[in-house]
Formats: sequence, structure tokens, C-alpha cells
Amino acid sequence: MTDAFIYDALRTPRGKGKSDGSLHEVTPVQLATQVLEAVRDRNNLDTALVDDVAFGCVSPVGEQGAVITRTAILNAGYAETTAGIQVNRFCASGLEAINVAAAKVKAGEADLTIGGGVEHMSRVPMGSDGGAWPVDPSVAFKTYFVPQGISADLIATKYGFSRDDVDAYAVESHKRAAKSWAEGRFKKSIVPVKDVIGEEILDRDETVRPNTDMQALGALPPSFAALGEGIGFNSVALQKYGEIEKINHVHHAGNSSGIVDGAAAVLIGNSEIGKKIGMKARARIRGFASVGSEPTIMLTGPEFAAQKALKRAGMTTKDIDLWELNEAFASVVLRFMQALDIDHKDMNVNGGAIAMGHPLGATGAMILGTMVDELERSGKSTALVTLCIGAGMGTATIIERV
Amino acid sequence: MTYTAMKVEIDTDGVALVTIDLPGQSMNVWNEALMTDFAAFVEDFCKNDKIKGAVITSGKASGFLAGADLRMLGRGGPTGGAKLSRKEQFENIFNLNNMLRILETSGQPAKALLKGEAYAKPVAAAVNGLALGGGLELVLACHYRIVSDDPKVQLGVPEVQVGLLPGGGGTQRLPRLAGLQNAAIMATQGQPIDPQTALGYGIIQEVAPRDQLVAKAKAWVKANPKVAQPWDKKGFKYPGGAGAMDPRSVQFHMGSNAMAQRETQHNYPAVQYILSCLYEGSIVPFDTAIRIESKYFFKLLTSAQSRNMIRTLFINKQAAEKGEQRPKGVEKTKLKKIGVLGAGMMGAGIAYVTAKGGAEVVLLDREIAFAEKGKAYSQGIVEKGVSRGKVTKEKGDELLARIKPTTDYNDLKDVDMIIEAVFEDPDIKADVIKRTEEVIGKDVIFASNTSTLPITGLAKHSKRPEQFIGIHFFSPVDKMPLVEIIPGGRSGDASLAAALDYVGMIRKTPIVVKDTRGFYTNRVVPPYINEAMLMVAEGIKPALIENAAKSLGMPVGPLALTDETSLELGLRIMNSTKKELGKDYKPSGVEDLLETMVTKLGRKGRKSGGGFYEYPADGKKFLWPGLEEYFPIAKEQPTLEEAKERLLYAQLIPAAQCYAEGIVSDPQSADLGAIFGWGFAPWTGGPMSHIDTIGLDTFVRKAESLAQKYGARFSPPQHFREMAEKKETLYKAA
Repeated sequence: MTDAFIYDALRTPRGKGKSDGSLHEVTPVQLATQVLEAVRDRNNLDTALVDDVAFGCVSPVGEQGAVITRTAILNAGYAETTAGIQVNRFCASGLEAINVAAAKVKAGEADLTIGGGVEHMSRVPMGSDGGAWPVDPSVAFKTYFVPQGISADLIATKYGFSRDDVDAYAVESHKRAAKSWAEGRFKKSIVPVKDVIGEEILDRDETVRPNTDMQALGALPPSFAALGEGIGFNSVALQKYGEIEKINHVHHAGNSSGIVDGAAAVLIGNSEIGKKIGMKARARIRGFASVGSEPTIMLTGPEFAAQKALKRAGMTTKDIDLWELNEAFASVVLRFMQALDIDHKDMNVNGGAIAMGHPLGATGAMILGTMVDELERSGKSTALVTLCIGAGMGTATIIERV
Repeated sequence: MTYTAMKVEIDTDGVALVTIDLPGQSMNVWNEALMTDFAAFVEDFCKNDKIKGAVITSGKASGFLAGADLRMLGRGGPTGGAKLSRKEQFENIFNLNNMLRILETSGQPAKALLKGEAYAKPVAAAVNGLALGGGLELVLACHYRIVSDDPKVQLGVPEVQVGLLPGGGGTQRLPRLAGLQNAAIMATQGQPIDPQTALGYGIIQEVAPRDQLVAKAKAWVKANPKVAQPWDKKGFKYPGGAGAMDPRSVQFHMGSNAMAQRETQHNYPAVQYILSCLYEGSIVPFDTAIRIESKYFFKLLTSAQSRNMIRTLFINKQAAEKGEQRPKGVEKTKLKKIGVLGAGMMGAGIAYVTAKGGAEVVLLDREIAFAEKGKAYSQGIVEKGVSRGKVTKEKGDELLARIKPTTDYNDLKDVDMIIEAVFEDPDIKADVIKRTEEVIGKDVIFASNTSTLPITGLAKHSKRPEQFIGIHFFSPVDKMPLVEIIPGGRSGDASLAAALDYVGMIRKTPIVVKDTRGFYTNRVVPPYINEAMLMVAEGIKPALIENAAKSLGMPVGPLALTDETSLELGLRIMNSTKKELGKDYKPSGVEDLLETMVTKLGRKGRKSGGGFYEYPADGKKFLWPGLEEYFPIAKEQPTLEEAKERLLYAQLIPAAQCYAEGIVSDPQSADLGAIFGWGFAPWTGGPMSHIDTIGLDTFVRKAESLAQKYGARFSPPQHFREMAEKKETLYKAA
């Protein structure tokens, strides 16, 4: 099997995903276009060499529909021979897109690919695709569908994380994100977003709050109590988790991932193409895996995806220096650390989506890039990147600095 | 054209007045005869150019049309019984939908209506009384719907209550008229609405005095010669939005899916199918939508669940209430005035339901203060009802005026029947029996309310044991629908007839049971409660026990139930049983737990401040966290399914034993007693229906494997083993 290497990784900053967010006035296609342009321009890349581009996108409808990847390729002025595909694995779409791009290289069916993702949540809101899973009674009943916030609270209840535990985790996420920005740890990968007239409109993540503390978070009301108690989703969850008397609603806007806009791209190729384009590989993709898990608790998949990826790569948790798990909700990360016995100092070292936001289809590619940068900065060797996923799945990718 | 179930008169303007009037029946229903007649009419209506339009009404004073004949549905539909392919069966079921669709389109293709190239002939419904189920669905298929202005007229689709869905277009026309949410509430809960509410929902267009309905309907038909339903016109939109892409309907479906799962615990597929009809039907054209509806209806109608629910909750319940077990040839008992002895909690409740049933009550107790207090109980209920608008002040006052508190036995001299509810002590009862029989008329029936004392024994204190019978009420009397009637060894036909007449008067559901310790329900509930307590003692998480019971369809968890009835009472009964049976006493295994809870920890139950649960003054009850300390959580926990099964069989086995021992004489009584006595999962149709549904051999095998795992108390009765071997069923015919 051919090795797949990461040659470059970059992303837009994440804009607040509301109508007053800085990126609201640019289109999703623009976000995708600008990261593709950046991959080309900062590496003097002959785009005719790029075989395929895979971008994750979770709500591929409206202006994110019609295979946004191909639209962005054409819009960025890439060679028309570069193909594009849009990938949807809910929150892990961006990482899955990278795995698809890497798989083509590993299989020897492509030399140079781009994986990445885009999600403009302020313009195409979550759930815009009207998918059947939560809505069609025949599948909602069968799968005991509950919203992710209920699943996150269920994890906290089942595995014993208190409101203080999740809030403390959130405070640390903001602290780490702020420190990383202050120290310029994201410098290598940030591509400021430009507007129609070519002005930069955002050059840093918009939702980090360096001064967030326990007191500020303590004042926030739980977000999912009304859905759980009032609408009845708690009862649905307890019909599967009968050992629990009552779900403890600990999550709120301050310890859950933020809604943001953004895009990311990662350039992947075999070793020969590196010589041809005159680029040095930054990391090798050791392996990856996706797995399905129990859909009602939904967000425990990363544990199993990580184990599967490690096993397939012939590694153990001891072989991983840095861990990156998307901070969809604080309890998801706390449970992952508990299950795999991971020290918080090695986990999400530069903060995560609680501080910086989670642009659904792009996040996986963003946090993979974060790990490429961090391995280089810290001189460490290996990192495992993973995300929890809707409907009970997990995707994990292991990289190694070269 | 000749019809038997209806009459058709065509006036000079060509308006056909269809008067539905089933011969020899008090109420119109969709039965085979009406289906045949109506189909013939619809065909004629479409073809016959002389008919310009139609008005549909009812010839019954009792109402318009009360839905489908449940007996027909219980047999699996219009042609139930015949061996048909699934496709043929489906087409039969689709018949009603198809017929109503032809009525509303005059047989014109939907596309032609949509483009305005064709029109339907106008049809108006003149609804002169209740229209339920298929009755309302017929109304909805009419273009103009005018209903009598009487607020008592009920309009609704109650099919869900027997495990079915409105299969005549109800799940399609209701949401198209009233929006998804109103339609969902009506169809998933099955409660009827009144004409004004229906008008507000947009389900009907007009409310008018009953005697003007037909004239107004005719006038509308004449004024509107070319019509089409809103959903057959261009640009039709659901009020409030619909479909997979409208954020409003997406929100609605997500929410209603969760609410429905909370309410049904996945035990009632009808509710999910109704929601599926609403969802799927909103995405496709009407003609496709009604086929989808009929397919879901088909699945329900051919399921054991709807058969079981129809049989127990309607057919057998009504039969029991109409006195199916009443001895033939005994004259109806006069029940104008009833003597209620003892004004404690039971007596007070009995006085209330008796007065509510329309009889005068002499409420007797030792001291007038006690008797007055007993009457005050009725006053409390009446006042609450008046403040909530459930009963008028006038009616409430009349009810209260019928209850006369007294201490004087002479006040009993002209009563028609006695219900005795004094303290459960044989000596006290003996004294009361003696003093009462001295004053009451010689034919008056004496009914003793007891839950523990054998009737034959009590009857020994009576001078006329043939007029002595047991009636077991449940607490609280005004809320609990079941009454057990217990003929003693010498009770005569007149006493049984009187007891059944009395239960009929107070509108409760009776079952007749044999005179043994605990009768029927109290033979089954204690082993079930004990099983839950054994599970606690074994270290099974209490939340799992409670959730398993709820998931099974029980109204409350067994530990919460124990708290209500009090652990102290449990301990007391256990000790007295122990004393009474001496060396014959078989330990139930929960003796230590009860001792610990009651004696050591003082956790006696809800009324004493807490038992298995804590009851905070300002919030919801929650399981007492201290329980774990005394009954440590075991490492190995059963799955939810295992816990459910154990709690289910803890009820099925003693219920089966009662049937095997003849304590209840037939499966229908066993089923009624279970559902209305202790809230046994109604979706099953009762324990006997459930055993039939899973199959006697499956039941026996399962019970045997549980007996191996948990103990001999789970062994199936010998009689059931034999029936299983002979491949018999408990209910003889479906």
C-alpha cells in the first residue's frame, strides 16, 4: 500500500454563526473557494496535478447543495480536470473527506488530492436538509432518536460528570484556545477570509472568550432541560437506558460547541508527487477508521473509532502523544478520557470547539490541521484525531510527523 | 335503486338526500350493509346526470354515525375470516377510503380537478349528532360540513383507543383542514371535540340549529354546483405547514415523535402509524396518501393487538357492564335508596359514587361526626368539579342532598340495598350485620365490601346468607373503575343480580370472582410487588425496576405503588398471614427487606414521609438515595428486557393460577380485572389475551425457564401446561 502524506493544511478562521457573525456576508462557496485558492497560491501548485477534492458538508442543500466541492473548484479557477465530491458523515465529514482523499492515494488510484470541508451555519442552518432520521416517525421511533444535547447529558449522567466537571472543562478550553492564539500557534494554517471587494473581514476565531470562568458559566441555564422534560426526549432515552432514574441536564451554550462558519483544506499525496511539486511532507497518515455505535447515547463513538484505528495501525493508546477529540459537548471529551485513560494535558491541547466553534462539515479537517501544526511545534511524533457523530458513529485518523 | 341501511330521496332540483338509518339498530355504524348500500349510491351519484349533488344525514336521534362496527373490525375487517391474499385483503380495507375519495371527486381524476378541467358534484354533510371514527371521516369527505349547534355533539376519531387508526382518510383530511398538530392530537389521543372547536379548527364550515341542517346543506349544494376539495385545487397548502422541508412541520414531527414515545413507551404501534400517516401523507398527493393510510391501517387491523384491545376494552367491558354474568330471569333490582355502613375512606367513596349514580344514600357511622366527615368527602369532590367546570353547582348540590349522614339504624328501614364498609374486623362486621338485619326489609340484599375476609365466613353472621354477597371496591373508590363481586357459598341469584345492578348503576366494571383469600386482583398484585422488592434486595438498580414496569405499560412503577399502599401495611399483612397460616406459611423472601425498611429505617411509605422514594414538598419524587447502603447495587445488572420480562411474568403467572383455579371463571374476566383493577398494560388486552398472543407453549416454556432462574413461583400452572400440549387457546374464538 502506498503511503499518504500531508503536505499542507489550512483553514479559515471561524466566524460566529449568526447573522451578526463576521462571515455571514460571504457565501459558503466563497469559503470553500478561498481555502482552495490558498492551497494553490501559497504552494505555487499546478492544480492540473490535483486528481480529486473531497469536502465534507453536513447540510448540502440550498447554496451548499449541488456538490459544493465541484462548484468551489471551478470558482477557484482550478484546472477543470480536478474532480470534486461532497462527503457527509455528519460532524466527522471533514475528517472523513480527508480519509477518502488519503484512501485514494493509499490505494494508488490518485497521486495528489485535497480533503477538507465547509459549513456556513449562519446561512444554511443545521437540519436544513429535512432528513428522515429525527422527523419520519417510522425511523425516529425505531432508532429512539434524541437530540445530541440529550445524548450529551445522558453521557454526563451515566458516567458521572457533574455540572462543575463540564464547566471546568469548558473554562480550560477557552483558556487553551486563547493561549494558542496569543502564542501564534494557529499562524501557519489560518487563511483570513476576504469579502467581495477583496478586503479581509476575519483573521481570527471569533468566539473565544479568554476570561470565561466558572462563575460566568455557572449562571447559564441548561439548554436541554425543556426538550428533555417538556417534549419527552428524556423518556425516549430512558427507554433504552432504564438504569437511569433521571437525566442530569448539565450542558448549556457555554460548555457545548459553538455554531460557526468556516472551511478547511488539507493537501494529501504520495511521496513521488511531493518531489514533483517540490514540497516536503509534514506528516504521514498512519491509519483511520469509522465505526457505528449505539445511536441514542450517540456520542460515545470516538472511543470505539479510536480503538479500531489503533488496532488496525498496530498501535496502542500508549503510542499516541497528542489526542484531539472534537469538543461537541464537554461530557463527550470527559467520557473519552475516562474510557481510554487519557491525561487532560495530552487532550485538545490548543482548545477546541467549545471555545472556537464547530463548523460541522469543516471541523474534522480543521482539527487535523491543528494537530499537524502542533506536532511540529511541540516536536512530538503521533496524534489521533477523532469526532463524535450523529446517529451513533465515530471516525478517527492517526497521523505521524515526518 | 333499493337500499336497506339508508334512504335516498332526490328532489326536483336533483339533490339527493341520503338518510343513513340502519334498521333495528340504535346507532348508525359502518357495517357490511351500509358499506354495500353506500358504494352503490356513490356509483349512481357519479354516473347519474339527474343527480346534481347530495346531502348526507342520519335518520337516528342518537347521532350521525358512530364509526365502524367494532365486531366487524374485531374479525379482521369487512371480509374477515375468508381466506384472501394480502393484496385482496388490502383492497378490501382500502374500500372505504376509495369510496369516500370517489364521493369527493365524483370519480374525476385528481389531475383534471387540479387543472380545473373537471369538477366534482357538491356533497354536503348535515351532521345531526355525534360523528365518530368512520362517521367523521365520511363527513370530512363531504365538501360542506354543517353540524348541529349542540355542544354535546361529539366529533372525533377514537380508533387509537382500540389500537387502530382512522382508516377512512381521517389521517389525511384532518391535517389538511386543521393542520398537523390539531390532527395529531385528535387522532393520537382519540378524544372528541365539540362543534365550536371543530369550527375553530376549520374541520367544519358551519354550526346551525338541528332542524335547519338539511335545508342549509341543500341550499349550499344548490348554490355550488361545481366544487373540488381544497386539496384538489392548485396552490393548496397545509395550514401551519407540512412536509419534510418546512421548519415548522419538521419541528412538529420531532416533538410529536418524542411525546408519543413518552406516552406509549413503544407499546402502541397505532400511535406511531398515525404520525407516519400524517408525515408521509403530507409529502405525496392525496390519492397516494390514502393508500399509505390504508396500508398502515391494514398492519394494525391484522395485528393481534387491535383484536385484543377491541375484545377486552370494548366488547367484553360493555358486556360485563350490561350484566353478562347476571342470572337470567331475576327482576331488575330497585335501587332508589342505598344504605352505606361505615363512613371511613371506603364508605365515603362508596357514598359518593352511589349518590352520583342517582340513588339516595343513608351514610351510617358510629358517631355523627364520622358520618358527616364521610359526606364531606363527597363535598370535596363536588366542589373541585364545580370549580373546574366539570359539574354544575346545581347538579352538585343535588348529589350532596342525596347523602344523609346518620348514626341511627332506623334510618335504614326503607333502603333497597346495603353496602357495608366498616372496619375489616369480623367481630365488628358481625355486630353491624346483626343490627342492620333487624331493621331492613326482608328481601334487601346485604353486600359487604371487603378485600381480605372470606364472604362465606361473614355470611355466617347473617340470618339470610342467600341475600348476602361480597363487593370489593378499590381505593380511591371514585377513581378506580373495577369492582369485584364475590358470591359466598350460599349467596343466591337475587344477591348476584342486585350486586350487578348496583355496579351498573354506579357505572363501574364488574367481574364475578370466587370467594378465596384475596379474590382475584389481590392474589396477583402482591406477588408482583414482592417480585419488585426481591429485585431491590438482589441489588438490581431501583430505577431499572421502575423504568422496566413503565416500559411494560404499567401506570406507575411497583416501588412507587408500594409506597402508595404503604410498606407498613405490607409488613402488617405479611405478619398476620404468617400468624394465620402458622407452619403453612411460605416465606415470600421480602420479609427482611420489609423489616429493614419499616422497623429499622422507618421508611413506611408515602404518607409516612417516604419509602422507596423521597417526596420533597416542592418537587418531584425521587428514589431514596440511602437505599443503596442497605441493598447494595449488584455488579451484574439485568438488561431492561430481562427486567421487563420478570415483572411481566410476576403478574402473568398468578393471573394464570387464578384462572386455572377458577377464581375467575373465564379469560375475559381475568383480562378485565387486570386492566381495570391494577392497571395491567392495556396494550395487551389483558394477561390472558397476552398469553394467547405469544402462544400458550411459548408462555409455558418462558415460565419454566424463569422458574429455573428465579424460583418455583414462576412455574406455570399445570392446567396451562396441559392446554399448551393440546395446542389450545384461552379464548375459544377470535
